[in-house]
Amino acid sequence: MAATLTILIDGLTYASWLFIVALGLTLVFGVLKILNIAHGSFYALGAYMAATFVAWGASMQWAPAFSLVAMLLAAVAVAAIVAPLTERGLLRFFYGRDEVLLVLVTYALFLILEDVTKLIWGANPYFVSEPYAMFGNVDVGIQSYVGYDFALVGLAVAVGLAVWWGLNRTRQGKIVLAVIHSAEVASSMGVNVSRVYMLAFSVGIFLAALGGAFTAPMISVQPGVSVGVVIVSFAVVIIGGLGSIEGAAIGALIVGLARSLAVHLAPVAELFAIYVVMAIVLTFRPEGLFQRIQARKI
Amino acid sequence: MSRQTLSLRFLQRAMALSAVATAATLCATGAMAQETFKVGIVSFLSGQAAESFGIPAVNGAKVLLDAFNKGAAPAPYNKPGFGGMKLEFVYVDEAGGATKQVQELRNLYDREKVDAVVGYVSSGDCLAVAPVAEELKKFLILYDCGTPRIFEDNKFNYVFRTASHGAMDNVALARYLKAKNVKVDSFNLINQDYAWGQDSKKDFIGSMEKIFPAAKVGQDLLPKFGAGQYGTEISALMSKPADVTHSSLWGGDLQAFILQSGPRGLFKRTQVVLSAGDHVLPGLGEKMPDGTILGARGAYGLMSPKSALNDWWWDLYEKAYNVYPVQAPYRMVQSLLGLKLATEKAMAANGGKKPTHEQLAAALRGMEWDSPAGKIKMALGNGHQAIQDTAISKTRWDAGKKMVMLEDIVRFPAECVNPPADMKAEDWIKAGFPGAKGCP
Repeated sequence: MAATLTILIDGLTYASWLFIVALGLTLVFGVLKILNIAHGSFYALGAYMAATFVAWGASMQWAPAFSLVAMLLAAVAVAAIVAPLTERGLLRFFYGRDEVLLVLVTYALFLILEDVTKLIWGANPYFVSEPYAMFGNVDVGIQSYVGYDFALVGLAVAVGLAVWWGLNRTRQGKIVLAVIHSAEVASSMGVNVSRVYMLAFSVGIFLAALGGAFTAPMISVQPGVSVGVVIVSFAVVIIGGLGSIEGAAIGALIVGLARSLAVHLAPVAELFAIYVVMAIVLTFRPEGLFQRIQARKI
Repeated sequence: MSRQTLSLRFLQRAMALSAVATAATLCATGAMAQETFKVGIVSFLSGQAAESFGIPAVNGAKVLLDAFNKGAAPAPYNKPGFGGMKLEFVYVDEAGGATKQVQELRNLYDREKVDAVVGYVSSGDCLAVAPVAEELKKFLILYDCGTPRIFEDNKFNYVFRTASHGAMDNVALARYLKAKNVKVDSFNLINQDYAWGQDSKKDFIGSMEKIFPAAKVGQDLLPKFGAGQYGTEISALMSKPADVTHSSLWGGDLQAFILQSGPRGLFKRTQVVLSAGDHVLPGLGEKMPDGTILGARGAYGLMSPKSALNDWWWDLYEKAYNVYPVQAPYRMVQSLLGLKLATEKAMAANGGKKPTHEQLAAALRGMEWDSPAGKIKMALGNGHQAIQDTAISKTRWDAGKKMVMLEDIVRFPAECVNPPADMKAEDWIKAGFPGAKGCP
């Protein structure tokens, strides 16, 4: 029983981190039809920006609770500055082109942003672990968890609900859904599709940066943090179905639990456990768990 | 035509000829003075290994290049450049995988016309580039990578490794636990799932079987390289508590593991031993738990021996970068010191001329030289693989100095923790370390 509880908690905490990042990835694909390889770079930018903001807050001797606000502001800053620049300055020129070309463009962007982060922050690591201790520890049986991990679960739930509510219960959200359904028809109905694209891309980048910002206290922020997260995020959205919020949530939970089960019961299988699950899902549901089969436009 | 006119013409010609001859001589002297020895330095300048290894190693090379060219290094390294030849470095990023590195190595020899290549952190890259250098008959020094397989499974004429392979680190850790009477009835393991992690795990288990035959292996975790999130692994380690937890994690992975497991109390429940942990100390500072046992893959950094050469190197690096040198720059400096002496030895045998790749290889084969970390001996792999002393110690945060100090240092002579010349590391460990000498 204790072992099962540990596996569930570990799966859930891993899934929460993953969900926040994967949600941004699936949103960008859902609206803009872009498989954004550079998503991990925005995650890294969020982590670096959070490290800078938290360190600045500490140097100003602001209350420790400010570091949580600083991390949120870091994600907002990345979304407000980098997302419009990327979408308006680069991606819009490739809309309507082959999806493979867009993958290559975002891959190039990923490489560029890797160097940009090094130019700005250098190669030395940044540590902002103070917020990690802010929530104390929670003992569950023989395990001692850090309260911050549970706070991340709460953040993931809040973010998921906010995005779902925003898309399904607000006028702006319904406009976005209309664009997802058909950008052409939405445009003919007077919707400013370019604006919707920029907005959706900014929200997607905000989520990537938010994931990075709230992960920063648990890691050493340094070159290369962007690589691993984007690969596993792709696994999540492929399992859940590209463009589906519910799919991202379920996909993250499946990946988190599969990894947790593997680490606890068969550590040697840890690396491929996630991809075995992905292969099984794709065998029976090639379009992912929550993606409806769509007729191809000719 | 008068005799006077002829004499004048003769004099003019003689003067012209002597001017040409003087100019030619000056040009030749100038060419000698301008002669350069070009070295390709390959290390991670981007990606996850850049911060911990690649860039500190290159930083070490840069300060050393300057000191060599000025003739500012202490004797016997005090000749300017390499035997009077100006030293020039070409830096190449090791990121991008083994296939790219093979191409980069060819470019260094064929296009850049380097006289030697010093490089490679990744064991995978070392395994890929060594046969290529051999095929091209070009001189190559592997300065860091850990896998013992390079010279145990192959025979090379042009390839050298100027640092001990990874078996030393894990044999020394097990010996340290014994020397300090640490109780080990069980031990857990967490190592990255690639050549370095797998080899480290195998060597540590093998050493423990001989030194602590009753100790049982508990958890054996193999997270992927660059995992970043270790919450699940930490739970698994805490689920099966063991007396000792061994890890060869390094760089950002090690930092993340410490940042996540420290607050969860893992370091208080088990004695954590890290085979290559010194390089994270300056960055982590007080976040590094006290009492952690660690190695540095040699007697490096805070465990380095007292010597005039080490003092000079330490000051040179610390003044340039405002941080003390750890394992990567130490490994770089010992390779470049060896290359300098080998080049000068080969030049002496070559009438003072720049040596060929064959002559360089002949000079370095079986050579011994002093480094800031102690004596380097090219004792294994037919004189192509180095052995060196190492040290293991315990961490303690010093609030006054605001830095992590290393105490309870135990030094292990090279012959105690490295296999003899005629044995593979794995067989040597399995046989119970036959021929080990000078163990404390």
